[in-house]
Amino acid sequence: MSDHALEVQGVSKRFRRGEKHSSLRDLLPALTRKFLRSGPAPARESQGFLALDDVTFQVNRGEAFGIIGGNGAGKSTILKLLTGIMQPTSGKIRIAGRVSALIEVGAGFHRDLTGRENVFMNGAILGLSRQEIEKRFDAIVAFSGLEEFIDTPVKRYSSGMFARLGFSVAAHVDPDVLLVDEVLSVGDYVFQRKCVERMNAVIASGVTIVFVSHNLRELANLCPRSLLLEKGRLQMIGPTEDVIRTYFGRGQLPRVADASSGVLITKVSVQDEHGPGVEFASGCKLFITIEVQGHVRHDDMSVVVQILDDHQYPVFDTCTQRLGAGEITIDRDQTLRCTFEVDNLLAQGTFHVNAYVHRYLTNLPYDRWMSAATFFVSGAPEARGVVTLHPRLAELEIMPTAAAGGDADAASRG
Amino acid sequence: MIVGALRELVLRRNLLYMVTWRDIRVKYKESVMGMLWAVMMPVVIVCAGMIVKLAFAMSTGKTLRMLDVVSVAVKAVPYAFVVAAIRFGTASLIANQDLVTKIYLPRLVFPLAAVCSQLFDFCIAAVVVTVFLTVAGVGVSAQLLWLPLLIGTLILLASGLAILLSAATLFLRDVRFIVEALLTVAIFFTPVFYAPTAFGRWAPLLMLNPVSPILEGLSTVVIDHRAPALPWLAYSAVFSLALCLFAIVRFKQIEPLFAENI
Repeated sequence: MSDHALEVQGVSKRFRRGEKHSSLRDLLPALTRKFLRSGPAPARESQGFLALDDVTFQVNRGEAFGIIGGNGAGKSTILKLLTGIMQPTSGKIRIAGRVSALIEVGAGFHRDLTGRENVFMNGAILGLSRQEIEKRFDAIVAFSGLEEFIDTPVKRYSSGMFARLGFSVAAHVDPDVLLVDEVLSVGDYVFQRKCVERMNAVIASGVTIVFVSHNLRELANLCPRSLLLEKGRLQMIGPTEDVIRTYFGRGQLPRVADASSGVLITKVSVQDEHGPGVEFASGCKLFITIEVQGHVRHDDMSVVVQILDDHQYPVFDTCTQRLGAGEITIDRDQTLRCTFEVDNLLAQGTFHVNAYVHRYLTNLPYDRWMSAATFFVSGAPEARGVVTLHPRLAELEIMPTAAAGGDADAASRG
Repeated sequence: MIVGALRELVLRRNLLYMVTWRDIRVKYKESVMGMLWAVMMPVVIVCAGMIVKLAFAMSTGKTLRMLDVVSVAVKAVPYAFVVAAIRFGTASLIANQDLVTKIYLPRLVFPLAAVCSQLFDFCIAAVVVTVFLTVAGVGVSAQLLWLPLLIGTLILLASGLAILLSAATLFLRDVRFIVEALLTVAIFFTPVFYAPTAFGRWAPLLMLNPVSPILEGLSTVVIDHRAPALPWLAYSAVFSLALCLFAIVRFKQIEPLFAENI
């Protein structure tokens, strides 16, 4: 008996490219062509593409393991293979124990049924017996916080309530292996905290977890070890922080360059005093350089740089105009280079850079480049969140409550 | 493979029960009359049968026998069950796309739950028919012991078709329309409103429809208190069992392809 809860051995998955024959109207001509052996072979019978290419990894019993990769890297395909929704084209998957998936919570909810009925329905779908659901029912409802609405048809629920109930059922299944895909972002802030706490409790109880998320900060908090996928191929397995660093070190996203407006952002780079990189220490000076190529003469430009956090939420932006540069003019065949110097007050985490060339005084962009660069901030262990406000401990004193007097009383009430 | 499939179903019986329950509940939930519809439908079918019989009797000048009228009721209700089970079963996997593509569960439960939910309606209808038969003065006899076998065969046949057609629909959407077309004309090739003897020497051809011997058997057993035509019944039973087993094997074989072909 090995100690792996989950083994993936040389797994590949090939998908067909393009349309398949899903109705007779398509099938009959295709069959006729085949029969007569005339006419060109339809393009749809091509090789297909490999969504996963010879992927091998093991997850230990009780481990929380992350899967990182861009869109289309094959993350969801892996989860679908692990749940058994799909079969691999080649290779072997071995899982010890009951698998449950927190994927698409609320799949299988029926709009016309009440919350209560859907809990029982969804529990059955996730593999619980009737007694098991009855035993968990109160905990599920309490977790969702929907006691008042439990006998209302779910079609009257808001999408947040819907997702909360779905997550609550799925989080109470008690599997041996739990697969989680991008679901910790349901509901409001309070509920999200509850979800993360629940995940931590599940991890602490010794359940093996495979976690897929674009929220890399969350993933890094939950999973000590991760793998990196790129276009279906396994790039590396290792400590999550290293994997994330490699992931962002892979360079900028390809961009569709459109010069129809006459100017084009050609380069966006971030560096500190030591030169370009992807990881910077909190507290250093950062230089963000944007290069713009002119194809037509424009005399009313300003350059905007925006920094976003992991959730693509804007944290900071500035522009040449606000810094007193006035209208910028460039002619065709000229290139503008513009470097912003900023103090890196960001806390540990992942950040993205958007670059824009705007028309002066208005917000009409000539060109924009979203997520043109991504970087990782390390250090600032004293801070959690987006920025560090450089906290210092100004006072730490223990005294009898009476001595603190009415002040403490007022504070605790406020 | 069959053993494995059946064992999985037994393990997940709560799922089969819940999906069936959901199908029944959702069907009647938003209607004003609710479950009364399950009672109304067989009444309508029986009435329609009586009118047809009456029309036959008037046009041919024969006297209308009470037993003929009762016989229509006994055949029409099971026939309605088979048709509904096939129709509903064929659409069952498509109707549950969300579950088929997003969560792993034994997909056999969907066509089976479709058949089971129709079986629920059938049971209510059976009560209505029983009341009707009692009022009409049809007695009881030991021949009624054939009923479980007859109805069991009917369920097996409906399940087999539902399983096979639901999977086929995923790969070829046309199947739904073909099934719909066949079900529409099927009433002409099934002895529901008439006896197969009406076809004279072509009657055996009619009996090749595996539903026919079952309906005839039901009528013989319940109304005439005689044993059913055994060779034909055996044909139906073997056909249904073989179809059902084949359907399960085929279903399990192609099940891994469902999620990407839906």
